[in-house]
Amino acid sequence: MNPALKNTALFSVLGILILGTGIVQGWNTALLIVNMGLISAIMALGVNLQWGFAGLFNIGVMGFVALGGLATVLISMPPVGEAWAAGGLQIILGLIAGAATIAAAIFAQKRFAGRTQVVVTLGVLIAGFFVYRAVFDAGVDAVEAVNPAATGYLGGLNLPILFAWPVGGLLAAGAAWIIGKTALGLRSDYLAIATLGIAEIIIAVLKNEDWLARGVKNVIGLPRPVPYEVDLQNDAGFVERAASLGLDPVTASTLYTKIGYGVLFMIVLLILLWLAQKALNSPWGRMMRAIRDNEVAAEAMGKDVTARHLQIFILGSAICGIAGAMMTTLDGQLTPGTYQPLRFTFLVWVMVIVGGSGNNFGAVLGGMLIWWLWVMVEPLGLGLMNILASGLPEGSSLRDTLIDGAAHMRLLTMGLILLLVLRFSPRGLIPER
Amino acid sequence: MDILNALVAFANFVFVPGLAYGAQLAIGALGVTLIYGILRFSNFAHGDTMAFGTAMTIIATNMLLAIGITFGPLPTALLALPFGIGMTILLVLGIDWLVYKFYRDQKAKPVILVIVSMGVMFVMNGVVRFIIGVKDIRFADGERFIISARDFKTMTGLNEGLAIKTTQAITVVVAVIVVAILFWFLNKTRTGKSMRAFSDNEDLALLSGINPDWVVKVTWMIVAALATTAGVLYGLDKSFKAFTYFQLLLPIFASAIVGGLGNPIGAIAGGFVIAFSEVTITYAWKKVLVYLMPESLEPDGLVQLLSTDYKFAVSFAILIIVLLFKPTGLFKGQSV
Repeated sequence: MNPALKNTALFSVLGILILGTGIVQGWNTALLIVNMGLISAIMALGVNLQWGFAGLFNIGVMGFVALGGLATVLISMPPVGEAWAAGGLQIILGLIAGAATIAAAIFAQKRFAGRTQVVVTLGVLIAGFFVYRAVFDAGVDAVEAVNPAATGYLGGLNLPILFAWPVGGLLAAGAAWIIGKTALGLRSDYLAIATLGIAEIIIAVLKNEDWLARGVKNVIGLPRPVPYEVDLQNDAGFVERAASLGLDPVTASTLYTKIGYGVLFMIVLLILLWLAQKALNSPWGRMMRAIRDNEVAAEAMGKDVTARHLQIFILGSAICGIAGAMMTTLDGQLTPGTYQPLRFTFLVWVMVIVGGSGNNFGAVLGGMLIWWLWVMVEPLGLGLMNILASGLPEGSSLRDTLIDGAAHMRLLTMGLILLLVLRFSPRGLIPER
Repeated sequence: MDILNALVAFANFVFVPGLAYGAQLAIGALGVTLIYGILRFSNFAHGDTMAFGTAMTIIATNMLLAIGITFGPLPTALLALPFGIGMTILLVLGIDWLVYKFYRDQKAKPVILVIVSMGVMFVMNGVVRFIIGVKDIRFADGERFIISARDFKTMTGLNEGLAIKTTQAITVVVAVIVVAILFWFLNKTRTGKSMRAFSDNEDLALLSGINPDWVVKVTWMIVAALATTAGVLYGLDKSFKAFTYFQLLLPIFASAIVGGLGNPIGAIAGGFVIAFSEVTITYAWKKVLVYLMPESLEPDGLVQLLSTDYKFAVSFAILIIVLLFKPTGLFKGQSV
């Protein structure tokens, strides 16, 4: 079978699975899966850029996704004037003091040598830390005291939420630059640990810095790029059109908004996919793969391996940030407590490996397919467990264990899929050409 | 000025908890570092191996309690520990045979093995949740304290109490025993020496007739024992929850890398460096400082450098500093 035919067949299977879900479980469920699947596909594109093109092992996807989520709040929520008046400037001054401390420490580190270097650098860091905390903490207390039940944070810029998507990418790119500067050029395992660490820290910051995005109190009611269902249902023209299609207004409005999101996500995915394909087939993409396959040889040819790695690491992370902003837009709320590495980092890795690392279409296919599976494993697992347990007497402990266990089937299944693909088809469903 | 009270407060809130936590991290990091030294990859499934061993130990503990066996004042889990270790050894040997062996024979790149270990992590995580659920489980029984804060106060007449939990003392004692046995094994026995030789230079070791399969098997067995012990000690000291063990991965890796990956002494040192930095940086020092400073200078705030929620940030920051300035770790590890 030639590759084009095989790929078409694979994507058709995906389409049939989604159509099947739509027919069995309803179109709302199916569209929900499609929308999150599109976002997952974008995340997988980002990771594929890093892993498939350059062989970089990033397991901090969750952190970059969360930064994208933060961007939606910072861009789209209305600013809280009272909080800005109370301590906004002071917080900014505190942050500037913190940044200045780090800059001064780096300067001292470069300027001096030997024992003076250590003493001066440490002195600058410690003094700077206390100045920073003194200025910053007072500001934070003032801001968080402003109506903590409803706001208690600085709010955002009140811009349309679509602006948050590129900004999410920029935030993620910034974080990636810091990590890449430190950990790239060392062993691949170190990059893994460093990204794992930064992801945990980003989540910790989001959970605890209430002045920034309300922490675990969550920011709800983010503006939406598509109309609200209620408004549609009250719109006489819309109800009429829905009726002409034979739909009741409630179903029609929910489908309409979901399709709206789907179209937006599809546009972003297509643009990114097009760019990634262009990059893959450009001299730059060939250079990346050359570096991946033999760093020593590429270096001997005069390629700056570390700089190229940094470049592609930032690009890949930025894509994850964009996807994160899109996901928070779809949810309509930022809930830092829900970011879990197994769901956001490792699942994306399963998507990339299963889809075919090094192939952009593979990443897209893997993203949507694995997302479908992730959603469907639980009902399917429950059904399977019910069949297994049906022979057992009511109330037996094994029966309860089996049925409770269905909830944990997801991790098990994903792990098994990853291991099986790595073992028997390491190049994935759509292999790199 | 009251130096004694300050010292006691310091011991109670910083030194003793730090020591216990450091011992737990050290045993965990030893497992990571051994895998790295001999099998040459970073094992991301280590946290979940710890969780599996602990889950098995909890099950055995419950069985022992059900037939009425306890360990007197000590936690029954210590009696159940050998069973947990045995089950974990079976599991990791099975996984090695089913999964890792294939890639070893292929001489796959380390990063592939890391991804494979990620898959193993997923599966193990699922298995642990399947077996024991996601609830918070406390399984420490027996005496809770060796010295409770109140007894200490009446004994010494000081304002501050020093409480030493049984689990903290057990952690330190067990850690000393485990480390002593491990180092005796690595330095004195034939198998231990062949493991070190294999870690130093695989080709030379093979040339001198060391059986690689045996070395790998023994390594997995030791790692399973270490992981289970670390997991049980941590679970006794705090509580068992499948998810927290996954989160321990970061401090454990930080310990191993800070000490120098592949170097057992480094892993122990790294464990204590990470543990004490976490505790000292996230502790509210006001309680100690009020005894040391004249009243006029007493601090208003808590004098807490970072909130406890940022303890990951501490291990991470130390990791980054070490990576920037001394990429091979404090003790010379293998990595570049």
